[in-house]
Amino acid sequence: MDILIYGTINSIALALMALGFALVYGISRVPNFAHGALYVVSGFITWSFVRAAGLNYLVSIILAMVITGVIGALIYQFVLIRVRGMAISEIIASYAIGLAILEGFRWWGFKGMTYTLPVFLEGSTDIAGIPVDFHRLLVVGIGGVVVAFLWLFTHYTRIGLALRGMAQDERAALMLGIDSDFMAVVAMAFGSMLAGLAAVLLLPLGNIVVEAGYNVLILAIAVCIVGGLGSWVGAVLAAFLIGFIQILTVMYWGAHYQMVVALLAIIFTLILKPSGLFGQQKELEERV
Amino acid sequence: MDIGERRKERLDRGIKVRTDGIYALMSLRELSYLTVPRLVFILGILILPLVMPSMYWQRVISIVCIYALLALSFDFLAHFAGLVSLGGAFFIGTGGYIAAILNTSFGLPTIVTIPISTLLGAAICTLLLLPCLPLRGVYFAIVTLMYPLVFARIIEALNIFGGTDGIMGVVSFPNRWVEQYFMLTMVLLFLFGMRRLVNLDIGLVFRAVKDNDQAVRASGMSITHYKAIAVFIASAMGCLGGACLVHIYMWSGISQFALDFSIIPIAATVIGGAGTLVGPILGCFILVPISELLRAFGTLRIVFYSLILVAFIVIRSEGIMVYGQRKYHQFERWVKV
Repeated sequence: MDILIYGTINSIALALMALGFALVYGISRVPNFAHGALYVVSGFITWSFVRAAGLNYLVSIILAMVITGVIGALIYQFVLIRVRGMAISEIIASYAIGLAILEGFRWWGFKGMTYTLPVFLEGSTDIAGIPVDFHRLLVVGIGGVVVAFLWLFTHYTRIGLALRGMAQDERAALMLGIDSDFMAVVAMAFGSMLAGLAAVLLLPLGNIVVEAGYNVLILAIAVCIVGGLGSWVGAVLAAFLIGFIQILTVMYWGAHYQMVVALLAIIFTLILKPSGLFGQQKELEERV
Repeated sequence: MDIGERRKERLDRGIKVRTDGIYALMSLRELSYLTVPRLVFILGILILPLVMPSMYWQRVISIVCIYALLALSFDFLAHFAGLVSLGGAFFIGTGGYIAAILNTSFGLPTIVTIPISTLLGAAICTLLLLPCLPLRGVYFAIVTLMYPLVFARIIEALNIFGGTDGIMGVVSFPNRWVEQYFMLTMVLLFLFGMRRLVNLDIGLVFRAVKDNDQAVRASGMSITHYKAIAVFIASAMGCLGGACLVHIYMWSGISQFALDFSIIPIAATVIGGAGTLVGPILGCFILVPISELLRAFGTLRIVFYSLILVAFIVIRSEGIMVYGQRKYHQFERWVKV
């Protein structure tokens, strides 16, 4: 039973981390390797608003998400747009940006125990005899709402439909009057905001540390690759798959193996079926 | 004249055309046009240890050479075989751990461990990468990025090979002159060896695999076979670097799987000029000393060269060497449109 509860919480957390990455890749085909860095940036902005500037918690969360979104849009507008279509340059450039942000934080002395965010709700409850604190329940709830919101957004709003059109066939979308560069900026801003949302939801459960940036990046890539790059449904399902496997390995082998599971999942998926569980890549594009 | 009325014309120098064929041997001038740049490069590298002011900077030369080997292997794989490997650290780590184990557990001397770990390491790397060889582009890059991380975590989790402490007490080189000249010779040997190799028949096949793998397949050649050979050559260079690194620092540990070894060679390749083979080595000779000068700033130097990397990729992606070659071989003039 505890496997079921902790597995669900872990899976929703993974899905939150991965959705932003999946969204950006699905629409603009840019693998945003600065995703983890944006996650940490958002956590830090929230921290400085709440702890240093003394703003209201909710206000600072919203501000942090907006600022992270703007940062993501700027990164795309000024750097990534110029290397778009060159897959390797995209990876190297976005990864270098992420590295610069994260290592900049580390140099600036951003480590240790002092950087924590308060939880939304204190206290805990029992579900079937397992103690679960309210904040984790809230994460599950908000995670579900976000997934539902994204689904509605991409199916019933103009921008959402335009984004989906871009993801399916960029050239056709261009012909129908969708500005593909602008849409890609919007997607990047959205993806960064989702990274920010994941950060403010998940960081109160621990400390804000630079390493979180790298771990979130690896987990996001793992989820997206197992689910199939560019497929959002796949990403959510893969989050549950990896989430439960992680909890099982932690229970039976030890916490050390949690990351090994994610990394091995990436390698095995890529070797066996590079398009992932729900990918739509053509066989020839990914392997010979 | 306005920009609209003129354009820049770029033409090969006459001497470049003359030295392309056998006529290069006809006069001293043509001969020196070809040999001088190469001689300057080789001699410059060979006297480098003699002009270095301190022991510290001599040690830096050896480190530069390790990065140069890695950058060479990255450039070869990416621009001649079409496999972008972000896992330089994987080659370094494999070579390093093998050398350390051979030395500490079996008591073999340096002169034996380095060749063995180069060949054995390359074989192991090739075997482990074999399943990923059919992958292309982004997929291969991500897989290779993950390999060193997986191995570091596995060593940590299983606590094998000394766990987080690493393997200590590895024998060092006899003295620093042997160390530096061995490294420099290896870099030169591999550099000119690779330049030779990519112009042989097999080099042509490598480039064909990169440009149009279906055509290679249609010619009845196995793509995987040639990719495996390319990976073996590249990982041999990386493993050689790793083995030397272990003997220089007399220690082998998880930090050899660190991202530094993956990112600096790429930055050096981008800065030096991709696809030229010399460029990445020049890039290393520029980047690594700068990074050493900035050592006092801690992790700020990673920020620094990440930003250089982004700037070069976005603004001037051709690199120093391509620019230099263009200036050397061609002249430009404005012509009226």
